[in-house]
Amino acid sequence: MSDGRDIIEVHDLQKIYRVGKVEVPALRGVDLTVTAGEFLSIIGPSGSGKSTLFHIIGGLTPPTSGRVLVDGRELAAMSDGDRTRLRRRTVGFVFQKFNLLPNLTARDNIAVARHIAGMDRKSNPQFEEILRLLGIASRLDHKPSALSGGEQQRVAIARAIVNHPAILLADEPTGNLDTENSKAVLEILRDLNDRLGQTVLMITHNPEAASYGHHTVHMRDGRITERI
Amino acid sequence: MIAKLVLENLKHKPMRSLLSFLLIGVPVTLILTLVGLSHGMLADAERRARGSGADIIVRGSNTQAGLSGGSATLPEKFLEFFAMQPHVKYVTGVVQHNIELPLTINGIDLEQFNQMSGGLQYLQGGPFRGPYDVIIDRYYADQKKKHAGDTIELINRPWHVSGVVEGGQLAHILVPLQTLQRLDSATGRLTQINLKLDNPANTDLVIAALKKQLPAYTIWSIREMATALEESVNQQGLNEFIGVIIGIGVVIGFAVVCLSMYMAVLQRTREIGILKSLGGSKIFILQIVWAEALLLGLGGTAFGILMSYGARWAIVTLKPASFQVEIVYYWWPIAAAITLVGASLGALYPGLSAARHDPIEALAYE
Repeated sequence: MSDGRDIIEVHDLQKIYRVGKVEVPALRGVDLTVTAGEFLSIIGPSGSGKSTLFHIIGGLTPPTSGRVLVDGRELAAMSDGDRTRLRRRTVGFVFQKFNLLPNLTARDNIAVARHIAGMDRKSNPQFEEILRLLGIASRLDHKPSALSGGEQQRVAIARAIVNHPAILLADEPTGNLDTENSKAVLEILRDLNDRLGQTVLMITHNPEAASYGHHTVHMRDGRITERI
Repeated sequence: MIAKLVLENLKHKPMRSLLSFLLIGVPVTLILTLVGLSHGMLADAERRARGSGADIIVRGSNTQAGLSGGSATLPEKFLEFFAMQPHVKYVTGVVQHNIELPLTINGIDLEQFNQMSGGLQYLQGGPFRGPYDVIIDRYYADQKKKHAGDTIELINRPWHVSGVVEGGQLAHILVPLQTLQRLDSATGRLTQINLKLDNPANTDLVIAALKKQLPAYTIWSIREMATALEESVNQQGLNEFIGVIIGIGVVIGFAVVCLSMYMAVLQRTREIGILKSLGGSKIFILQIVWAEALLLGLGGTAFGILMSYGARWAIVTLKPASFQVEIVYYWWPIAAAITLVGASLGALYPGLSAARHDPIEALAYE
């Protein structure tokens, strides 16, 4: 499904968090390239810098130094407002804890993402097809509290892709799910990648989950140690 | 979408929303009741003055003396003087004695008063039959739970209620003129003289002629008296008092909304992080907090308006003669504006605080 274009380019990326007067390096010179349409798994122990890499690529936090190009745009030069705009259309997030708005129905959780991106509230036929693919078409009028973990994560995936982002960032998407639901979610991600050519970056602790990606990147101590 | 988010947020914490409405509504009720009280009292005074049948009222030698009851400064001999003036059909004198504020006892010559007013409408009993008889209107009768034939205590002595009349004619409490003059050591003096003309159209003409002859006295048409009453009330600091209550309203609205929204922002830190991860801008987050604050303000105003009906019911039930409260509709949008100003100011700090949240920290919030 890859069209050969590099959609993410990371060069010598460093991120240092300041905790009081102490500087804590989270990324110590990461180089990474992801081509459009690729499904890349990122695996590594806690504190290896996976999530920080994710947050920088997703525009949630700026890098300390280095170069990060996302869909041709340099993140280091972006203002807070620019990064906010990047999150609207270019990246979609799926989180371990689903992160749905608890007071809204599944339908409205998806509609919020469209509203923020400035898009028409009505979804298109292609998106209706995706809802059927995700198996949540009949559950859209329920609030998160009335949905199972697997259903919530599917709604979160629907919300993440509703604006057709260039990149889907999934941070431990199966971390809160049982084996059956984990498998279903991973198959959905692979299906989205196969059918729609959706670029997917997935963080996981689980080697079995990582195997759903085309490639796997191993991280340790803020560095990429291996790419398979 | 913002409206839906805000409505769902309010529905999600109904007790918080209800308490906020209630607290914001209290100053709205205070403002509306106070304004309603001033309007009601003035309207009642004007209605009773008109109900006396008079076209012109003559009082003491300055405005304050003219407006306050109890100062019997007009010689009773003036009645003959006024009766001889062109266009004057009937003349009657009144002595007023202040009792519990704002009530006054009015001493009248019942025969003259009936000629001028067209007669009292008795609901129970009838006219005075003795010097210590009193006629009360139905409002005062309700307030004191009295009926014709009962005895009431006024000016440190018992009075026999000879009749209960429909209200709106001069005063809530009427007694024989000479009795009140004697009790007030004001024999031969009056507080007020009422004139009824052959034609109300001659009012200005007669007033002009009287003012030439009696420049030191207060001579008003009923309309001028109502205006003077209103000005007098305002001079006594009512406007300033309403201003203070408005200030308190803004402060309470600010404080309630600030506290409520600050708590809401704290509770929804993770949700703010979610919205930010979806690309929600600072302005978008601020709009949500602000819209919720405005909705709390509007709900509080509605609560306040409802409670002002309750306050009015309580006041007119407990003190129907002493206090009259009107519902002053044009003050509703003013009260709403006052509340919304307070709510907007109150939303500023929590809104900015929410907008400044770091998305990663917000998403990690438990």
